[in-house]
Amino acid sequence: MLAIVRKELADLFNSVRFFILFLLVLIASVLGVMAVRDGIRAALEQSFAVTGDHFVFLAMFTASFPKISFFNFAIVITIIVPIVGIALGFDTINSERTGGTMSRLLAQPVYRDNVINGKFMAGLITLALMIGSAMLLMAGFGIRMIGVPPTAEEIIRLFIYFVVTVVYGAFWIGLSMLCSVIFRRAAGSLMIPIFLFLFFFIWMFLVAAIAPIDTNGTVEDIIQDWELQQTLSRLSPSYLFQEAFSVLLNPVERMGIPTPGQAAYMVLNPLSLGQSLVEIWPHIVGLISLSVVLFAVSYVAFMKQEVRAT
Amino acid sequence: MNDTYAIETQDLTKNYDKVNVVDSLNLKVKENEVFGLLGPNGAGKTTTILMMLGLTEPASGTVRVMGYNPTREPLKVKRIAGYLPESVGFYSDLTAAENLEFIADLNGLDRKETKRRIDKVLEMVGLTEQRNIATRKFSRGMRQRLGIADVLIKEPKLIILDEPTSGLDPAGINQLLDLIAGLPAMGTTVLLSSHQLYQVQRVCHSIGILSRGKMVIQGPIETLGREAIAGGRYVIEVETAAPAAGLVDVIKGVKGVLNVETQGNKMSITTETDLRGEIAKMVVQSNIPLVQIKAQEFSLDDIYMKYFKEGQDKT
Repeated sequence: MLAIVRKELADLFNSVRFFILFLLVLIASVLGVMAVRDGIRAALEQSFAVTGDHFVFLAMFTASFPKISFFNFAIVITIIVPIVGIALGFDTINSERTGGTMSRLLAQPVYRDNVINGKFMAGLITLALMIGSAMLLMAGFGIRMIGVPPTAEEIIRLFIYFVVTVVYGAFWIGLSMLCSVIFRRAAGSLMIPIFLFLFFFIWMFLVAAIAPIDTNGTVEDIIQDWELQQTLSRLSPSYLFQEAFSVLLNPVERMGIPTPGQAAYMVLNPLSLGQSLVEIWPHIVGLISLSVVLFAVSYVAFMKQEVRAT
Repeated sequence: MNDTYAIETQDLTKNYDKVNVVDSLNLKVKENEVFGLLGPNGAGKTTTILMMLGLTEPASGTVRVMGYNPTREPLKVKRIAGYLPESVGFYSDLTAAENLEFIADLNGLDRKETKRRIDKVLEMVGLTEQRNIATRKFSRGMRQRLGIADVLIKEPKLIILDEPTSGLDPAGINQLLDLIAGLPAMGTTVLLSSHQLYQVQRVCHSIGILSRGKMVIQGPIETLGREAIAGGRYVIEVETAAPAAGLVDVIKGVKGVLNVETQGNKMSITTETDLRGEIAKMVVQSNIPLVQIKAQEFSLDDIYMKYFKEGQDKT
């Protein structure tokens, strides 16, 4: 399998595709840094770090431009990771078929699953490298700009964020890989994941239309409506990821809405790392199992497929 | 040549959508020979090959390749067998040498050995100068040659070639056939699937003709030829400078001669054994100038057409 990983990586690193994707990731970092320059103060106030607790470094990753409140590094990454994942996976298998290299490859003394595992691994490594370098770029420029080094907890939180992002990317690699096993043409295997990506992206807005919150109802009604909305939204992996990273990168963030009674007594201090993880544990598990299931399905499909290329 | 078999199939059957593509096939390929697997398109040649390599599972029956069962031990078979698919492809962004390096890597060769073998096989197929050119710039013929190099780099005991000459120019075909003909001397068995009869005839020791998944006939090429045309007999053609009516009777008297037909200066003599020597002597003794004498050669076309037709009539 190592031989295949090695070759796939060498292929990727020499390709124009890799260059473009890296450019995209670089843009994410630049945008992130610019957002930090303009919006770090507001972000700190929002996360209540100014009032005592210091998650200054962490706040950089969610600091938005003052005028476009949703635009920050984490969001840009949320959009870019699926694109990178799809680009890394959509032609892994069917390009070997159309190029006539599949039967040659399988005639070598390698187990068939090594081929698909190796390709998946190579995709994951590339993705991890990209996300990792984007985050390091952010961190580096951030330290220069705001002059606050990260604390141990911040580093752990960022590392978990990194892992979750890679898992989220693995979902997209798995999805596009499945399509590349099923569809003979790269066009088909590219369209389906892109369609799903857009669909999941719009899904959050669609949910608001499908299950609107009746603001005139009782508190219980509102909470019920809101929970329904949450449940529907969480069908989308993009939303799961978004919730997961908001809790990770903003220790103050917690899920659910408090009733007016609870809100009165609520102290908005940061959650400990353990408590934050408890909040998003289902999300992480959900994302991991989604990726695993997708990869498993493509694995089985690939193993059962006939070799005949012609 | 010894009598152990490189490939042996027993009642091998494979069906797609309930149609038997390969139908209880019994095939035997001896070690160190070039075996030609013939048959029209769709006869099941490629499917048979895929089963030999463990790339497709047989519905029933068994295959043994060099003593291994490809379905159970695919890796052992793939380690000693090289396969050139009909439409061979390469990673177009990699150079010829890099493509080979990858295959060597998959076969677990170390760096030094890889380099040695790449130099050797590129030399053999005549691509040494093109080794650092990306394969996307290769012509069809160069690809095919690189495909052969790709198979040889494993130094396999068995080479399976699926239509290796398709798309090659005549010079390329000749080169390739010479290369194939030289392989048994290096201890390599070759299975050649093709419908280019002339080429098969040039290099193969034995052939098998497939029709609709069934083996119509198999055996050494010479035996088959005689059986096909003259029912196992020899046909000797004699050409003299002048018509020789008296000679016919003399030849008819020779033991083993079954029939003599004349047509102008030519005689066509059917015999039980190769009597060329005896007949030449007769002709010379009769004082009629001898122009030429030869045993009729059987072209594979004759064999193919005869048995292929039989195969079709049966079904």
